[in-house]
Amino acid sequence: MLYIGGGAGIQSWSQARLRRNCPFERRVKLARCRHFSQFDACGGILTAAAFKFETLDGTLRLYAEGDWSIAFVSRIDEDLRRLAAATGQARAAVLDVTRLTRLDTSGAFVLHRMASAFEASGLAPRYEGLQSQHRTLLEKVSALESPPVSPVTRPPASLDVVERIGAGVRTFGRESLVVIEFLGAVVAAILDVIRHPSKLRVVPLVHHMEKAGFDALPLICLLTFLIGAVIAQQGASQLKQFGADVFTVNLITIIFLREVGLLLTAIIVAGRSGSAFTAEIGSMKMREEIDAMRTLGLDPMQMLIVPRVLALIIVLPLLTFVADIMGLIGGGVVAMTQLGMSPTVYIDRMRDSAVFWTFGVGILRAPFMALAIGLIGCRAGLDVTGSAESVGSQTTRSVVLSIFLVIVLDAMFAMFFTAVGL
Amino acid sequence: MSAEQNDIIIDVKGLRTAFGDNVIHDNLDLQVRRGEVIGIVGGSGTGKSVLLRTILGLKKPDAGRIKVFGIDFDELTPDERRVQERRWGVLFQDGALFSALTVAENIQVPYREHLHMNDQLMSELAGVKIAMVGLRAGAAGLYPSELSGGMKKRAGLARALAQDPEILFLDEPTAGLDPIGAAAFDELINDLTSTLGLTVFMVTHDLDSLYATCDRIAVLADRRVRLIGTMDDMLASDHPWIRSYFHGPRARAAAPKVK
Repeated sequence: MLYIGGGAGIQSWSQARLRRNCPFERRVKLARCRHFSQFDACGGILTAAAFKFETLDGTLRLYAEGDWSIAFVSRIDEDLRRLAAATGQARAAVLDVTRLTRLDTSGAFVLHRMASAFEASGLAPRYEGLQSQHRTLLEKVSALESPPVSPVTRPPASLDVVERIGAGVRTFGRESLVVIEFLGAVVAAILDVIRHPSKLRVVPLVHHMEKAGFDALPLICLLTFLIGAVIAQQGASQLKQFGADVFTVNLITIIFLREVGLLLTAIIVAGRSGSAFTAEIGSMKMREEIDAMRTLGLDPMQMLIVPRVLALIIVLPLLTFVADIMGLIGGGVVAMTQLGMSPTVYIDRMRDSAVFWTFGVGILRAPFMALAIGLIGCRAGLDVTGSAESVGSQTTRSVVLSIFLVIVLDAMFAMFFTAVGL
Repeated sequence: MSAEQNDIIIDVKGLRTAFGDNVIHDNLDLQVRRGEVIGIVGGSGTGKSVLLRTILGLKKPDAGRIKVFGIDFDELTPDERRVQERRWGVLFQDGALFSALTVAENIQVPYREHLHMNDQLMSELAGVKIAMVGLRAGAAGLYPSELSGGMKKRAGLARALAQDPEILFLDEPTAGLDPIGAAAFDELINDLTSTLGLTVFMVTHDLDSLYATCDRIAVLADRRVRLIGTMDDMLASDHPWIRSYFHGPRARAAAPKVK
């Protein structure tokens, strides 16, 4: 009984097609039938949503049948939209829902949308065969004022790039100011602690020194030992070509004491402890613990930030010292095995090539780098907002930014020390 | 299957759950009828939320059998299980909204993942759900961190209702809401159950909610369901905990409001 009214190309709707094209619904149906033949409130076995329509004497009749529920309704949605847009010469509309087996809010919404569309085309729609429980639902849904939610619109890609560059520059400028302001606050807090030593939280300070310093020792020892060995080995094989392989010792001593020992340590600490600071402070911020501290009259700056930053400032020079020693030992092992140099000779040559300031220019930078790492790590933690995602993104930002700053600072110090002749 | 058996939508028999040596439920039986609103009450630590999580399959029972929709979920393949799981909706205590998505996108997650719906219908249906739980339309584009506690609950409810479930599980739906917000939420639950024919399984501490929404109440005590019945049955009980719960000062305050 499929009569076609309205535009062409609408003929293709039938239950058979719908079923054939929806393996998923068939699965639902099978699963439901198997476990649960009395599933439906009306006692009928579920069939996919379908509809037919005909136009008789200027009246458009829409027959809705089957299970008009969320699982099926999206399959008929587009065809229904097309029908609503092409009502032809009809002067009235009837929605016949006698054979509807199930209706949920989604189905009711789609049905109501059809009725509204007919209404808008002046067809004065009415329902036929409406069951009472369906009527309540339809009334409920039609009473709602529910504009469709607008999806998030994105500007075109070319504009997006420009916009993001602009936003990035602005954020960078703003953040630089924020970090400088934070630097001032932290330095003031540290000076305050120096003036009133009773304000210093010794237990957290020692705790963070242990976590950022002592616990990092195995990793730093292993890595610097290996890097020392690698530099010595590569240096020896190059210098050998000029018969200058004894200068391997000078190479390893100067490069490690001046640059590599500190740089490696600072990068490891930024990755290990800077990220931990951000995550710790960030999750405290997220759970309002920092606000709770403020309301209890505790200063988060003194409680959380000063101990962490101070711990890093104390610990990073010590770690750098250990890293220097381990790098020299690594180089020494290579010198002994590859160059056949005795330990006494190695140490003698080392003494000749280095003066105190070779070591001094390295270790002097350590507290500044520690300050940078601690500052960035803590600041990023305080910038965390409510979502779990922001803890992740702030941690990433903290690590990237602190490694970047470590390298920039290193370059600036290198230029400075060269300029003053050290 | 007789008609009466068929009316049981959740059937828990001989359930035992334990965390290590700490036994939470022992030989617990509970039957929930289709179309009713059942409130689960009990003191702290009696395992109300654990019971809810066990029925949902989020915690494995140590013994016993749970049937929902007459189906033992343990016997299903993972695929069948996923199909069946879409027939219930859950509102977690804090809403458990996905923090990286807006309210509308939260509601659309199941549409996108399971139903391959076109965008237009998806945004229309999300609009319907948002209006249905009484959120203003402007809330659709907000992220969970921008919502108040009450709005989060409503948004969580909208997501739970996204797929027109047959059973709605609510974990402390009115906790953390002000009395007006809580009363509005109770009304919303009543409204939804009467129009949608939902079965509601509600864990709650809120006596007003129990009076306002629940058809039956199940009391968890001594590791099992100590008493199940209507509010009158609760008031008539002489179990010491039930007496102090339903006859305490707060209960007396709540009682006269509902006739």
